[in-house]
Amino acid sequence: MANYETVEVSTDLLIVGAGFGACGAATEASYWAKKNGLKVVMVDKAATDRSGAVAMGLSAINQYVGIKDGENTAEDYVRYVRQDLMGISREDLVYNIARHVDSTVHLFEKWGLKIWLDEDGKYVHEGRWQLMINGESYKIIIAEAAKNALADAGGELIERVFIVGPLMDGNKCVGAVGFSTREEKFYVFKAKAVIVGAGGAVHVFRPRSVGEGFGRSWYPPFNSGTSAYFTLQAGAEMTCQEVRFIPVRFKDGYGPVGAWFLLFKARAISAEGGEYMVVRKEELNNWKPYGLAKPIPANLRNYLGMLDVDAGLGPLYMETAEAIQKIAEEYKDDPKAFKKKMKELESEAWEDFLDMTISQAILWAGQNVKPEEKHSEIAACEPYFIGSHSGASGAWVSGPEDLDTPYKWGYAGMTTADALFAVGDGSGASSHKFTSGSHAEGRIAGKAAIKYIVEKGAEPNVDSAQVEKLKTEILAPFDLFEAHKGETTDPEINTNYIMPRQFLHRLQKLMDEYAGGVTSAFKTSKSLLERGMELMDMLKEDSVKQAAGDVHDLMRVWENIQRMWIAESHIRTMLFREETRWPGYYFRADTPKMDEENWKCFANCRWDPSTGEWEMIKRDVWNMPGV
Amino acid sequence: MPSFVITEKCDGCKGQDRTACMYICPNDLMVLDMDGSAGYGEMKAYNRDPQMCWECMCCVKLCPQQAMDVRGYADFIPLGPSATPLRGTEDIMWTIKFRDGSIKRFKFPTRTTPEGSADPLGGFPTHDDLNSQALATEPASLGLDAVPTPN
Ligand SMILES: Cc1cc2nc3c(=O)[nH]c(=O)nc-3n(C[C@H](O)[C@H](O)[C@H](O)COP(=O)(O)OP(=O)(O)OC[C@H]3O[C@@H](n4cnc5c(N)ncnc54)[C@H](O)[C@@H]3O)c2cc1C
Ligand code: SF4
Ligand code: SF4
Repeated sequence: MANYETVEVSTDLLIVGAGFGACGAATEASYWAKKNGLKVVMVDKAATDRSGAVAMGLSAINQYVGIKDGENTAEDYVRYVRQDLMGISREDLVYNIARHVDSTVHLFEKWGLKIWLDEDGKYVHEGRWQLMINGESYKIIIAEAAKNALADAGGELIERVFIVGPLMDGNKCVGAVGFSTREEKFYVFKAKAVIVGAGGAVHVFRPRSVGEGFGRSWYPPFNSGTSAYFTLQAGAEMTCQEVRFIPVRFKDGYGPVGAWFLLFKARAISAEGGEYMVVRKEELNNWKPYGLAKPIPANLRNYLGMLDVDAGLGPLYMETAEAIQKIAEEYKDDPKAFKKKMKELESEAWEDFLDMTISQAILWAGQNVKPEEKHSEIAACEPYFIGSHSGASGAWVSGPEDLDTPYKWGYAGMTTADALFAVGDGSGASSHKFTSGSHAEGRIAGKAAIKYIVEKGAEPNVDSAQVEKLKTEILAPFDLFEAHKGETTDPEINTNYIMPRQFLHRLQKLMDEYAGGVTSAFKTSKSLLERGMELMDMLKEDSVKQAAGDVHDLMRVWENIQRMWIAESHIRTMLFREETRWPGYYFRADTPKMDEENWKCFANCRWDPSTGEWEMIKRDVWNMPGV
Repeated sequence: MPSFVITEKCDGCKGQDRTACMYICPNDLMVLDMDGSAGYGEMKAYNRDPQMCWECMCCVKLCPQQAMDVRGYADFIPLGPSATPLRGTEDIMWTIKFRDGSIKRFKFPTRTTPEGSADPLGGFPTHDDLNSQALATEPASLGLDAVPTPN
């Protein structure tokens, strides 16, 4: 076996990942840990300053409720998420995040994030819930507060350690294992409680670009489903694993469309010129009550555009020139004011790209795009798993203590595995939390986890045989490579192993063609999914035949395995839910209609670590009384 | 290829124990060819897997030698354009060059406080009650008298 030293780290609370959810957890937990003489350790595979979905920065805070100024209530947010997710959301979780999120935003502002203010000193909104920011350094600022909080409480931040999965003592999580991507070290973390906040998953489905642009997914290619793998392996119940997210963005660069829709009020049309939201309005009747209520759910807006594409009416375009023309008309008597307004809008539009999707700026510059002269193409991206955004996949977690919710079995944010909490993209059915809500959710879980440790925390009982077994399994790809690489002149092609990139292509092809990816126009069916599962079984068998020539390969191997597990849970849950509820995310052609009577429920799943069996579970949707 | 290193400008971060680009890349793509044995030149950095690059430019922004840049994905970006950042302690300057040679420049603020100064509690009053729904800085940081409860 590869000669890896085992490094043990003991702590009270372990935080896996250092993104928005995890940084919120670290910031809050450190405060309570210091008061109670406890230790917090946070571990990430990358540099906290630029890790995760916000590596590039962002141009908006997407969740701000505005409770103090009477703009909205937390109940309003519950209604909004219920509507957008076609009735399926954990209203207790959404409520809990919504009532805390404003304080997160106020903290961000104190830390140095530049939130735009109007003449009266009020936040500038992009939409009802969104605030405009100058967010190039968004992640750096949020990481800074978390690091300062950890340092103040005597905690520790460990970077460049890739976490593979949990350490379990029966149904209780007692830590995690992983390896350094810089040194020959295998890491064993022992903890009294664990919070997982390692983001969502991308590259489960084949991206539209498969050459050099393979990495240009909307969601960052560096989140591989660690959160979902971690909770699945712990035997925790998962929810909404069928609810992937497909954003519609500027084509190929995947640049944001928010500024064009919301600030410029631009329309989206087909090549024939029809505005699909108007032309296909009747279709919304088929998805009532959600289709007929406002705002129209993101997936239904996608769907109407997809119908145009299916009908051969593509490409779809964002009418940038027309929008600018309209603004010009408003200012036709004052050319100076128009020029000033245009300069402002131009800078806002480019900042939107440069703060969060630089490729789109390069693409427009490369195509000499002058948005005032010509429209630009938009398209649906490939599917992603991002439960914090407009998807919903993630672990099934316990609700807040003071709400009369049926979903309470532990501390707020705790999964059904004891001592294991999940946040951000790691926790499900609480969509639309985005950066600010993920951070708020992290803070809630951070406090709850410390409370758990104070009240129930016991020394973690770690079975050394389990650790050794995991170490052998995790490092096995090195041995496989060493044992066989000499047999062929090209070490990439060998009958005894498969290299991680080729394995990834196999997973993506399977998902794309059977589970409703881009090339199948996001459609699938029972037969396709069942055939996909047959192929998945063989893929799973071959997953232990992945080989690694170096530690970078080893990371790719384990990322692939994490993706494969999320893929399997996705297929199984799409099979289980015998209806089509989010037609713009996926369409089950054999059950093409929504079935409120039988399927207005959560489709949950659980993999049982002791038997290796999957269990599918229906859970009732609970609506907040009076909301 | 997405991110790339300009041979002439890269000095391997002067042999310090960690190079800026390796340190920062969220996808662990940048590597230093210490002795030139990987074929990229002695003490020169390179992107080991351009196909997995997000073009996030974290490396470009941090390289002390301005030795890094991005060449738009060959799948769909015509040759010629560039987006060049110059990041300071409180703002970032962008120079966008179009394929037709025209240029646009933008400057955006990045933060309102000195680097490193973020106080996790934001100067808000805190409390000691581990059992309440109020997080450390609440209700003060909410701007309310109490954490909301359902109507
Ligand atoms: C393109 C894009 C645009 C967006 N726009 C907005 C916006 O304008 N406004 C807004 O509010 N939100 C926006 N969002 C949503 C927002 O980014 C997410 O909701 C938020 O980042 C979720 O936080 P998280 O902690 O779950 O994940 P992340 O912030 O992605 O953090 C995940 C962390 O886990 C680490 N990690 C992953 N795997 C491992 C492993 N195996 N071992 C150790 N560490 C690991 C990563 O390095 C990273 O630090 C956008 C998202 C995307 C992708
Ligand atoms: S950061 Fe710049 S100078 Fe330093 S190794 Fe990387 S490319 Fe070379
Ligand atoms: S552009 Fe981003 S993903 Fe690509 S090498 Fe640089 S830091 Fe890494």
